[in-house]
Amino acid sequence: MTPVLQVQNLCKHFEMHHLGQRLMAFDGISFDLQAGEFLLLRGPNGVGKSTLLRTLYRSYLPRAGHIWYHTTEGRIDLARAADVDVALLRRREIGFVTQFLIARPRVAAEDIVAEPLRRAGVAAADALKEARRWLDEFGVKRDLWRAYPTTFSGGEQQKINLARALILPQRLLLLDEPTASLDVGARAALVRRLGDLKAQGVAMIGVFHHPGDVADLIDRDIELTTSEVSEDVAV
Amino acid sequence: MVSERTIGMTQTLSLLPPQLMTTPPLLTMTGVSRRYGDVVALQDVSALAYPGEVLGIVGESGSGKSTLLRMMNLEDTPDTGDYRLALPDLAGNLFGLDRFARRMLCATRIGIVYQNPHQGLLMQHTSSGNVAERLLIAGERSFAALRARGRTALEASEFPLDRMDARPIELSGGMQQRVQLAKAIALEPALLLLDEPTTGLDVSVQALVLDTLKRLQRDRAITMVIVSHDLGVIRTMADRVMVMRRGRVVEQGLSDQIFQDPQHEYTQQLVHAKL
Repeated sequence: MTPVLQVQNLCKHFEMHHLGQRLMAFDGISFDLQAGEFLLLRGPNGVGKSTLLRTLYRSYLPRAGHIWYHTTEGRIDLARAADVDVALLRRREIGFVTQFLIARPRVAAEDIVAEPLRRAGVAAADALKEARRWLDEFGVKRDLWRAYPTTFSGGEQQKINLARALILPQRLLLLDEPTASLDVGARAALVRRLGDLKAQGVAMIGVFHHPGDVADLIDRDIELTTSEVSEDVAV
Repeated sequence: MVSERTIGMTQTLSLLPPQLMTTPPLLTMTGVSRRYGDVVALQDVSALAYPGEVLGIVGESGSGKSTLLRMMNLEDTPDTGDYRLALPDLAGNLFGLDRFARRMLCATRIGIVYQNPHQGLLMQHTSSGNVAERLLIAGERSFAALRARGRTALEASEFPLDRMDARPIELSGGMQQRVQLAKAIALEPALLLLDEPTTGLDVSVQALVLDTLKRLQRDRAITMVIVSHDLGVIRTMADRVMVMRRGRVVEQGLSDQIFQDPQHEYTQQLVHAKL
């Protein structure tokens, strides 16, 4: 087995200076993740599942603990890695899939999807061809490929988002409710794609409102439980 | 004594030096301080920008962000501080260069777009002439080559070519910014500096200009430093963000982290104040 991630005693809280208050998110989280493994995060709403995903991606700064990520050049602690290293890993190896698309004005759907390939150095024509294949796979109508997704419905935007997030195989994928607001066809395409990626050895951690959607992929789960909600601190 | 930098800061893990990123930064600024009389404009400011990266600098007026950008464009010299660009044939502290060397360096390797087009453009010359001026400084003398390269730069800035002989004074604010941008990128600089490039433009025009900048960044992998008080602009453009207040850097981090999990009290106020 090849470990991709080793999380040790990870702790996150938010300090809200204007309230002089500290909001505890989670504490003492530890788990290992192997290549090709699919880990489901479970627990009631508000328990910190999405917060944990964002902390692993370093959109949130952890308070304590380690996130050992194993690269081909040795391991690196994402809890303390330099910003430029995190940015580099996000371009090459670590993907984050949310239900929200940040569409930019005047960028066509196919260009948004092709962008990760372009940044990885794939020639424009090849990247575009691959982008169209994935738009088709997720059931985006051909008429919309050249259009700007700013005006698309939530469901259509989500398909663009998924195609973009999954076009470049990563080593670690963080999935934050990617099936929300998807129609049946797109959900099936997503589950197929995740299955392929898993077979290729991509490790995944996911939060799903309906875990039944991905039941066949799940290897393990972790139950997050509520910790003390907040404590007053002198800031 | 607790330094002012750590006041109001949440305690988190301190970050390590880069391990995976082996390319050195293009821009390295260290310990830059500048006073104007009694006013401290910059106090011990350090900044890095890696090749192909977009560094955003936010802060309210008077925070020193524009002064810092002007230092990067060698328009002013700090009281103390070191500034280096990792370019061939360019060693040592750039603040030590004489006026002529500065002018050459700025003309050929650094491009800048100002908030106010009057600052960057000759308003009574043609737009293509404004772009060509930059090429002349670099030694281009053939009229045909000047015209062709000017055209390429204007096209890359998505300026309508049928208007390339119009004077900037006759153009809209968005178009004036495109002429500035064309001038800035005409010599394919290693570093592009943007000082509030979309401030004062209509929201729809602003979005188009930002989109042009994004395209340029994607197609040419140009290193950019963008200064704005508009958090939306910084969020759209920047990979990493530095937050400045009263001449100091109070916080820096990945763009999404600064906006989603700001650590410093001041950054929290800024982010929460955004509509």
